Amino acid sequence: MKAIKLDLDNYRKLLKEYLLTKDERALYQAEQFSKLSVQHNISPEEIIHVHIEALKELYPELPREINDSLNFLLEAMISYGLALQENHFLREKQLALESEIAVAANMQKTLLSTVKPCIKGLDIGAISVPANQMNGDYYHFVTDKDDTLGIALADVIGKGIPAALAMSMIKYSMDSFPENQREPSVILESLNRVVERNVDPSMFITMFYGLYNPEHETFSYASAGHEPGFYYHAAKGTFEEIKAKGLVLGATEHANYQQFVSHIRTGDCIILLTDGVTECRLGDRFVERDEFLQVIKDYIHLPAQDAVEGVYKYFERLQDFHLRDDFTLIIIRKEV
Amino acid sequence: MDFKPCVNINKELDIVGARQLGRTRAKELGFGTVDQARIATAISELARNIYLYAGKGKVCFEVIDQLDKQGLKVVASDEGPGIRDISQVMQDGYSTSGGLGAGLPGVKRLMDHFEIHSEWGKGTEIQAIKWVR
Ligand SMILES: Nc1ncnc2c1ncn2[C@@H]1O[C@H](COP(=O)(O)OP(=O)(O)OP(=O)(O)O)[C@@H](O)[C@H]1O
Ligand SMILES: [Mg+2]
Repeated sequence: MKAIKLDLDNYRKLLKEYLLTKDERALYQAEQFSKLSVQHNISPEEIIHVHIEALKELYPELPREINDSLNFLLEAMISYGLALQENHFLREKQLALESEIAVAANMQKTLLSTVKPCIKGLDIGAISVPANQMNGDYYHFVTDKDDTLGIALADVIGKGIPAALAMSMIKYSMDSFPENQREPSVILESLNRVVERNVDPSMFITMFYGLYNPEHETFSYASAGHEPGFYYHAAKGTFEEIKAKGLVLGATEHANYQQFVSHIRTGDCIILLTDGVTECRLGDRFVERDEFLQVIKDYIHLPAQDAVEGVYKYFERLQDFHLRDDFTLIIIRKEV
Repeated sequence: MDFKPCVNINKELDIVGARQLGRTRAKELGFGTVDQARIATAISELARNIYLYAGKGKVCFEVIDQLDKQGLKVVASDEGPGIRDISQVMQDGYSTSGGLGAGLPGVKRLMDHFEIHSEWGKGTEIQAIKWVR
């Protein structure tokens, strides 16, 4: 409190100095004073009050109209002072909330962490970046003794904390399924029941599940309304959409998901993603599909992890480092 | 001191009357211009709430003399609908003007002491004190 009082004396001095010299230095100090006042929660009406007092001291004959008009100004500033105080309070509250969310986000990271597996003959790259602190996208790799690789990729429509909570549920349901249950369509059907029973109907979850079998060089997959991925034909340098139809999880009590199988040739890639990737925005328009595929093509010659990171950095820059949606991209290349 | 203690609030212009009386009392008690303006604004908020939500009521003033200090107490009371969830209306950002610092949380900030009693269906009484510095 003492420091503030001192500052008000200081104001008087500065004003006097300015009135006498019209010195820019005094104006610069007024600016510093202004910042300090905001920091110390000094309301504008208090500053105006000091201003009036200082003026009267310097000019004892101050015309009544000037004095009254300054009092009028003081009255008109009261609400600004209140808004300042409310702002202080809300900012403190926000900081507390933010640190709470940071703790939750960290916890989510630990809960949903997945190890990118080393599988002979496969080069795998994966990246998932949340738009805000909590991620509403989720991917998970499931390995088995027979060297098959399961890949789960899900996206909660919506962002933030509710989405993140729903994701934890998906992860734990998957963990509880019996180990021999590895068929993509069966997994989606089971998850559909879990979601239908436990999640608010206004919340939708899309999901893709794929299973790579190295012995047969096949990729089986099913989709619950998930953003379609792409198959990259390395020899021709072309992309083919991975088509799979299916209802989003939780829409009906019993959903059936069709399962598809593709043969994977050496050098080709499977590209899986969430709509945060394909719906990148450039100003107010979405990036066109062909533009997007061209970007993928520019990076696909790199090792898979470098490729997904390169694509992410490209789109991050394109959107001015401000993601609008969670971004998840997985590239799997068959090497031998 | 001869004291006219209350202003009835029936129409919007009465809010001005309450401000005026409050300011006069504040001046007599020796409040500075800044505190006068704060008291007047607090009275406005309370009187306008009566006018808007209860239709009618009154704003009364009391001088409080204590050994070491003097203060002005503003009491705004009405027999209107009352406030159902007091902790909600006391939250920043709740008032209809939304996040402009005014409303009841603003009154609490403008004054040194704030007390609210309200019963759903019976009415509201708000007491606020400002001490002379
Ligand atoms: N005397 C009263 N009687 C009944 N309800 C009241 C009374 N005073 C306030 N309320 C209720 O409390 C709410 C909050 O009041 P407050 O003055 O904080 O904000 P506001 O009047 O909504 O907006 P403003 O910021 O313009 O004052 C009001 O919207 C009203 O519902
Ligand atoms: Mg109000």
